[in-house]
Amino acid sequence: MTLLQLTSLRKNYGSVAALDGVTLSVPAGSRTAIVGPSGCGKTTLLRLVAGFDQPDNGTITFDGQVLADGSSHVPAHKRGIGIVAQDGCLFPHLTVLQNIGFGMTEDRAAKEASAAELMSMVGLDRAMLARKPDQLSGGQQQRVALARALARKPRLMLLDEPFSALDTGLRAATRKAVTDVLSAAGITTLLVTHDQGEALAFADQVAVMRAGKFAQVGSPRDVYSRPVDPATAAFLGEAIVLPAEIADGRAQSPLGLLQVDDLGYRGRADILLRPEQISVVAEGEGTAGTISEINFCGPTSDARIALGEGFSFRLDIPSREMLLPGDAVKIGVSGKAHVFR
Amino acid sequence: MTSTTETMFSTAPRRRSPAGSSWTLTIAVVVALLALLPLGFVLWATAATGWDTAIQLIFRGRVGELLTNTVLLILFTVPICTALALALAWLTERTDLPGARFWSWMAVAPLAVPAFVHSYAWVGMWPAINGLGAGVAISVVAYFPFLYLPISAAFRLLDPALEDQAASLGLAPFAVFRRVVLPQLRLALCGGALLIGLHLLAEYGLFAMIRFDTFTTAIIDQFQSTYNGVAAYMLALVLVLCCFVLLGIEAGLRGRRRYARLGPGVARHVKIAKLGAWKYLLLLLPIATAAFSLGIPALTIARWLIAGGWSIWNVSEVGLALWQTLVICLIGGLATTAAAVPIAWLSIRRPTRASRFLEGCYYLASSMPGVVVALALVTVTVRAILPLYQTVATIVLAYVVMFLPRALVSLRASIAQVPVELEHTAASLGRSPGNALWSTTVRLAAPGAAAGVALSSLGIMNELTATQMLAPNGTRTLAMAFWALTSEIDYAGAAPYAVLMVVFSMPLTWLLHHQSKKIAGR
Repeated sequence: MTLLQLTSLRKNYGSVAALDGVTLSVPAGSRTAIVGPSGCGKTTLLRLVAGFDQPDNGTITFDGQVLADGSSHVPAHKRGIGIVAQDGCLFPHLTVLQNIGFGMTEDRAAKEASAAELMSMVGLDRAMLARKPDQLSGGQQQRVALARALARKPRLMLLDEPFSALDTGLRAATRKAVTDVLSAAGITTLLVTHDQGEALAFADQVAVMRAGKFAQVGSPRDVYSRPVDPATAAFLGEAIVLPAEIADGRAQSPLGLLQVDDLGYRGRADILLRPEQISVVAEGEGTAGTISEINFCGPTSDARIALGEGFSFRLDIPSREMLLPGDAVKIGVSGKAHVFR
Repeated sequence: MTSTTETMFSTAPRRRSPAGSSWTLTIAVVVALLALLPLGFVLWATAATGWDTAIQLIFRGRVGELLTNTVLLILFTVPICTALALALAWLTERTDLPGARFWSWMAVAPLAVPAFVHSYAWVGMWPAINGLGAGVAISVVAYFPFLYLPISAAFRLLDPALEDQAASLGLAPFAVFRRVVLPQLRLALCGGALLIGLHLLAEYGLFAMIRFDTFTTAIIDQFQSTYNGVAAYMLALVLVLCCFVLLGIEAGLRGRRRYARLGPGVARHVKIAKLGAWKYLLLLLPIATAAFSLGIPALTIARWLIAGGWSIWNVSEVGLALWQTLVICLIGGLATTAAAVPIAWLSIRRPTRASRFLEGCYYLASSMPGVVVALALVTVTVRAILPLYQTVATIVLAYVVMFLPRALVSLRASIAQVPVELEHTAASLGRSPGNALWSTTVRLAAPGAAAGVALSSLGIMNELTATQMLAPNGTRTLAMAFWALTSEIDYAGAAPYAVLMVVFSMPLTWLLHHQSKKIAGR
C-alpha cells in the first residue's frame, strides 16, 4: 500500500527549477533513499513533504489525504510527519528531556516516562536527559533528535542527511541504530543523502536525482547494476564504460567477448562493468593490457590500464601484485555487462 | 556573535608570553582603577558622611518621591519599549511589510536625536506637558531603538531550521513564536532593556525640560543651587544602588543558557510571513512611531528655525560651539579608544580570569550615570588635585569612564577577526613582537578602532550632564549651548544647535545599523 504519493511536483526559486516534475510512490513501512549531488533538489523535495515550503505544481498525498496541490497546503504542524535534520537541530536552550518532550501533549510525568523509554530505544543513557544539547557528542545529538521526532509517533519519518555531520566510524554505527529503531517501530522512512553508499545500504527503494528530476527509481541492486545511463552509473559507484558491438547476448568490446544482461539487443551500444567484476593479474587468462600509470595507496593501488586501440580505464588493483608502469597484465571479467540502450 | 566567539577561541594562543602581556595588563589595571573611581567615591562619601547622617538623608520623603518616580518611569517605559521594538522588528525582519528596509532605518533613526532634543520638540509642540505620562511617552520614542537594534539583529541571526523543526513537532505558528523564537531573543531583550533602564536613570535634560524629577535631576539641582555636597552624595548612592538593582535583574533574567545554533551547517534564509490585507493596517505602527519619534522633532525644529529666521544663526557663536564640540569629541574619542586597546587585546589574545574581571569592571563603571561620574570627579579634583579641576584632562577621563565599552565592543570584534597566525608569521619573518603586532593586528583592526572612535565621540557629542559639570571655563559645546538657550526659553535660538547635533549624529545611526547588519552577516 502506498503511504506517500508525490505526483509531478514542481518548485521554482526565481528562474531556477529546483524540482522539475517529480513523481514517487513510497510504500507503507518501506525505506526510500533519495540520492543525488548537492544542489539537485533533494532537500527541496524533503521540505515540500515536511510542509516547510509549498510546491508550485503537483500534488503530495499522504495516506489518502492531499497535503499540497499547488493551491491548498496543510501546514507543517498539522501533518504529523517527523523529521531529523542534518545537524539534529536540537533546541539549544532546552535540556534533552525538554527537547524530547517538546512536541508531546501529555502531562509532565507521562512525558518523562516516554522520554526515558525513547532514550533507551535510541541507545542513550537516561542520565543524559538532564543535559543540555551542547554537552552531547554529534552522534548523541542525532539520536536525541530521532527520539524527539519519534515521540510524536509519526507514520512517516524524514531524514535529511542526518549522518553526514558525523565522522566515518560513528556514521555507520548511528545509521545502523537509526535503521533498526525505525524498522522495529515499522515507520516509513524517506532519507535524503548525497552519499551513494549510504543510500544503497539503507534503503529498499533508491531514487537517483539529478537537476530536479529522478533519473532512476528502483531497488538498490537494480539501480547499481542496471543504471539507466552512464551518468547514473558513475554517480552510484566506480563505472567502467566500454564501447561494444552487441548480438545474441554477447558483446565484442576492448576487453574481449563479454556476456551481457540484454538478450534482445543487436547493434552498437555502451556497456557497463563494475570494478568488482574485473580482475587484473600479472600472469594468467584474459585480455592483454599494459599498466600505464600506478599509484601505491596501501592495500590497493590506483592504476590506469591501457588496452589496444588507445583505450584505457582506471581501476583499484590489489597491491600484492607489485606491478610497475610498463608491466604487461591479463584482464579477466566475471559476470554480465550491462547494456545502455 | 558566534563567529566572533569562534574566532576568538581559535585565535587564542595556547602558550603565554608573560613578558609582552604584563605591560598591557598593568595599563589595563590602571585604566580599570580610574574607571572605578566614581563608584569608589560614592562608597567613600557614604562612609565619610557617617551612619546617622546617611540614614537621615536617605530615608526621607524626598528620596521616597524620587524613588517612586524612577520606579514608575522604568516600569512603564521598558515594557512599552519592548512591545514596540518587538513588533517593529518582527514587521521589518520577518514579514513582507511594504518598505520594510525603509522602516527599519526609521526605527533606528531616532537615536540621532539626543533625548533632550526629543523633549524640547514635545514641549515645543505641547507646552503644557509634564510629569510621569510625558516622561514615559518621550522616553519611549527616544529609547526604543536601543531594543529595536538588538532584537532585529537577533531575528536575522535566528536559525529558521529550529522553527521548521518545531512546526514538524506539531506547534502552530504562534506557539512556535512563543516557545522557540522568543526564548532565543532573550539576550537581546535583556541587553536592550538594561540599556534603556540605565539611560532612564542617567538622563537629565529630557526630564528636566518637562519638570519630571528623577535622582539625576535632583542631584544636579542640589549641586547647582546649594552645592549641598552630602545630600547630593546620598542621592548618588541611592542612584548607584538602583543601577545595581537593574544590573542584578538583568543578570538573573539573562541566565546561562546557550542560544547559538548547534553543530555545523549554514543557516537557511528566513521565511517571510505574508501579511495579506493586514499589511495596510500593520503599516500604521511604523508610520505612527516615525511620526512621534522623528516627525515631532523635525516639525518643531523646522518651526523654530523658520520663526527665528537668519538672526538665530550667529555664525561666530554657533561656529565656535561646533568647533569646540568637534575638538572635544575627537580628543575624547581617541582617548577612549586608546584606553580600550589594552583590554581589547588581552581579552582576545590572552583571555584569562583576570582579563574577564577587568572587562567586567569597565562595564560596571560605564553603567554609572554621568551625574555620579561628574560629581565624583568634581569632588576629587577640588579636594585633592585642584589644578585638574575643570580641565580637559578631567572631562576626558569622565568620557573614558562613560564610553569605554562602546570602543571596546568595536575593537574586540575586529581584533578577533585577525588570526594570531599573522602575528606569528610576521615574527617568523624577523619582526619584533611589537612590530609584528603593529604591522598585522593593529593594521587590520584599524576599521574597528575607527568605529570605536566614531561611536564614543558621537556619544560625547550628545552628552550633557557630565559635560555641564566638568567642562573647562569658557567651553560651550553644542549640547551646553542648546541647554543654556532652552533654559532661557529661547527655543528659536536653540534650534540651530539641535539641527547640528542631529546632523552630526546621523553617522552614529548609520554606523550602528550597519554594524548590527554586519554581525548578522549581511
